[in-house]
Amino acid sequence: MRHVSRVLIRRSRLLAVVAFVSLLSLSVYPQQTPVVVQPGAPGQPTRTLPPSTRPTLPPTSPADVQFMQHMIVHHAQAVEMTALIDSRTENKELRTLGARISRSQADEINFMKRWLAARGESTSAPTHNTHNMPGMDMSKHEMLMPGMLTAKQMDALKTAQGAEFDRLFLTGMIQHHNGALIMVKDLFDTAGAGQDAELFNFVTDVDSGQRAEIKIMQTLLGEKP
Amino acid sequence: MNRINNFTPRLLVTFFVLCACFATTAFAQTPTPSPSQGATKPADKQAQADPFTPEPAGPLPPGMTGSDTEDPRAKLTPGVDNAGVAALGIKHLFLLKKPDAFQLGSDDPNDPKIQKVLGQTGGSPAEIAKMPKAIQLVVAQLSFANSDLAFQGNHLFQGNFYGLNIFDISNPSKPSLVTTMVCPGGQNDVSVYKNLLFMSVEMANGRLDCGTQGFPPAPPAPTPAPVAGQDSKPTPPPAQKDRFRGVRIFDITDIKNPKQVAAIQTCRGSHTHTLVVDPNDKNNVYIYVSGTSFVRQNEELAGCSGEEPDKDPNTSLFRIDVIKVPLAAPQNAQIVSSPRLFANQQTGAVSGLTSGATHGLEQPKATDQCHDITVYSAIGLAAGACSGNGILIDIKDPVNPKRLDAVNDPNYAYWHSASFSNDGKKVLFTDEWGGGMAARCRANDPNKWGADAVFTLDNNNKMRFASYYKLPAAQGDSENCVAHNGSLIPVPGRDIVVQAWYQGGISVMDFTDAERPVEIAYFDRGPIYPNLLVLGGHWSAYWYNGRIYASEIARGLDIFELEPSKFLTQNEIDAAKTIRVNELNVQNQQKIEWPRKLIVAKAYVDQLERSQALPADQIGSLRTAIQKAETSNLNKSSVANLKKLAPSLETAAGSKTGADATRLQALAQILKNPAR
Repeated sequence: MRHVSRVLIRRSRLLAVVAFVSLLSLSVYPQQTPVVVQPGAPGQPTRTLPPSTRPTLPPTSPADVQFMQHMIVHHAQAVEMTALIDSRTENKELRTLGARISRSQADEINFMKRWLAARGESTSAPTHNTHNMPGMDMSKHEMLMPGMLTAKQMDALKTAQGAEFDRLFLTGMIQHHNGALIMVKDLFDTAGAGQDAELFNFVTDVDSGQRAEIKIMQTLLGEKP
Repeated sequence: MNRINNFTPRLLVTFFVLCACFATTAFAQTPTPSPSQGATKPADKQAQADPFTPEPAGPLPPGMTGSDTEDPRAKLTPGVDNAGVAALGIKHLFLLKKPDAFQLGSDDPNDPKIQKVLGQTGGSPAEIAKMPKAIQLVVAQLSFANSDLAFQGNHLFQGNFYGLNIFDISNPSKPSLVTTMVCPGGQNDVSVYKNLLFMSVEMANGRLDCGTQGFPPAPPAPTPAPVAGQDSKPTPPPAQKDRFRGVRIFDITDIKNPKQVAAIQTCRGSHTHTLVVDPNDKNNVYIYVSGTSFVRQNEELAGCSGEEPDKDPNTSLFRIDVIKVPLAAPQNAQIVSSPRLFANQQTGAVSGLTSGATHGLEQPKATDQCHDITVYSAIGLAAGACSGNGILIDIKDPVNPKRLDAVNDPNYAYWHSASFSNDGKKVLFTDEWGGGMAARCRANDPNKWGADAVFTLDNNNKMRFASYYKLPAAQGDSENCVAHNGSLIPVPGRDIVVQAWYQGGISVMDFTDAERPVEIAYFDRGPIYPNLLVLGGHWSAYWYNGRIYASEIARGLDIFELEPSKFLTQNEIDAAKTIRVNELNVQNQQKIEWPRKLIVAKAYVDQLERSQALPADQIGSLRTAIQKAETSNLNKSSVANLKKLAPSLETAAGSKTGADATRLQALAQILKNPAR
């Protein structure tokens, strides 16, 4: 702390008035003792609660946990895709867009891992008992979340250059992002899911952020409405 | 307004985490390579081992610049109650902490109360025991985050994801918390009009009866892994007739006993809302509802559809909702229109922003929501920050708003909020890149991303990009930071806004020159925690009747006052304090008209001196004359003297343009007819 303060003081000469420091405690008011009330439904009376009232959280759903585990896998592919940009295209707008996608998806992966870890959940998707699924030999199917590029699509992207890469990247990422939107819809279509505040905000933002990026990518592709 | 969105570390929210376990003193924050990091492991390795460690920003994209690591705000010491502080031109007066009813209520991870709340998040006791202790204190606290503010008379209303707090601010030296209202649903953004209070609810746990229990989850489903090309098919939930997502209306006649009088359900809930007062309608007010979240099932609320417009032309996407509130019978409030603000104006297709290319990109095709709308009824306009676009709206008929213009920007991730300059000639937008839960002001985060954008508005109601403004000071990896909510500070002769940047603190910015916005004051605390992003910081910072009030997500309510500096004089601050309003709902922008008082004249003189619009001797004689008029309490001869000085100012105004011309004219008007 002392070291930091020295640094700050040295820099303060740049500014007319710099006051820093330290403790706010002189002006910090402790929690006060307001009346605590809880309204009823419209038209119903409001109840007074005891001052000792403490908060309660809504339940977390198993679907919430599964959503996060799957979305980590989903996002990881987007990061993998954007990592290809540097060596395959000089398209300035695409490079800028890719930088933003890469950064936000990496951030979101970290968020999801933290959300899971903080709740004592595994950060990787559990192995599915796919061999038990009748009529389906999963060894011949790829385990992909909605919208994820197949191995074949990823190979094509990796081998493309220039304008062809741009096209494959944009169409692939649009497909990828659209898959995330499906995952979000499925989550909220599950009973009791999405009541956790962090998850709700996160998911809503994934939804709006990816919709926005889809629009930008459609524009870059020259698609007409 | 509010919102938090897009992404990221949104997590661990908050707060009051207190304590000792975070021995706060010894850390510098950890942005860029900074000294004193001896104890810190290389970030990449640490990130792999510990998902809670914030990831440093990647390199700046080519051609982009970042923010200043030499700024005093860049390396403040962390802490909840004792974080380091840097300030310029702002004095901190009070921090009023959150009430117990809205927080875990303990700083001991082993406290049974903490364990009980954590158990509610779904983890088993054994799993919870494995968590790092610090995490146990911060998990799930977005549920108790403070959100937006509204004001009425001596009362301040602070939304919280868990309810609402009402403060009495009548005593400037002793503000106090009066009422804590429990009613979860997030974000609980608030507006107030006479005896009515409006609150936005969007989250899935919202209940009509303000209950805290939410709804029971489905049992664990033996869901197979999704397969490429196949949509999964989850079990549809039962319709929840008790769920509430929309706008609540409370009667606050008894400030200690608010009563819910109406709850207007909407398909997407209400992320934010905007109070609209039609100057021609004394019997009703209107609420513009901005929903940004998922559309609920038709089974739960009839008529809701989340389909794309090509599949369902009546989709609940691509619209806002307008609620009409009869003041005499607010219980009868209902949705009266759902304007298709994004429609193609030629074809009528509901998804169609295609005109007015800017910044080298065409308009995006399918903006389907507004995040926030600011109405300025005095000029009949509203500005909408609508996810992919900034739009200008004609609201002369408030039930049938019409889009006038739309802009896009390749550097904008999420159009978040909007406000006008007082003269209505500029629009200030914000980009909530990262959603508010992410560190987006790091040294390597581009200063065109997550920034304000100033647009000018011409006489044909076309918006033109002028400049970006981002918090100049670099913030740390563990500080959520991006442009967020602010309000005008009514300094005459200048366009000044005070704005919250989450853990970036508060920045006061002058955008009088639309091309060159500049910071003139700030306040910032160090991060809540050094190497873990714990959500906090200022959600909104608004000027209300002479002070700045800021809603701190984790810590409580901050109250500030401005102090003079070389960027802002005491006269300018005092002139701003002449503006008193009975209510403040920032998104319902009111026209500011300054009194013809001498303190306002003095502010103009200070500005004309600063801009060197008048020679020094003329500045001197103006000050002398004004001083004489003040000390004589506007006696006849002093007033006559003032009047004599006006014509030369009007002449000077003729040879100037922009702000100086306006200041000279306004000053001349006061000198010709000063008011007491």
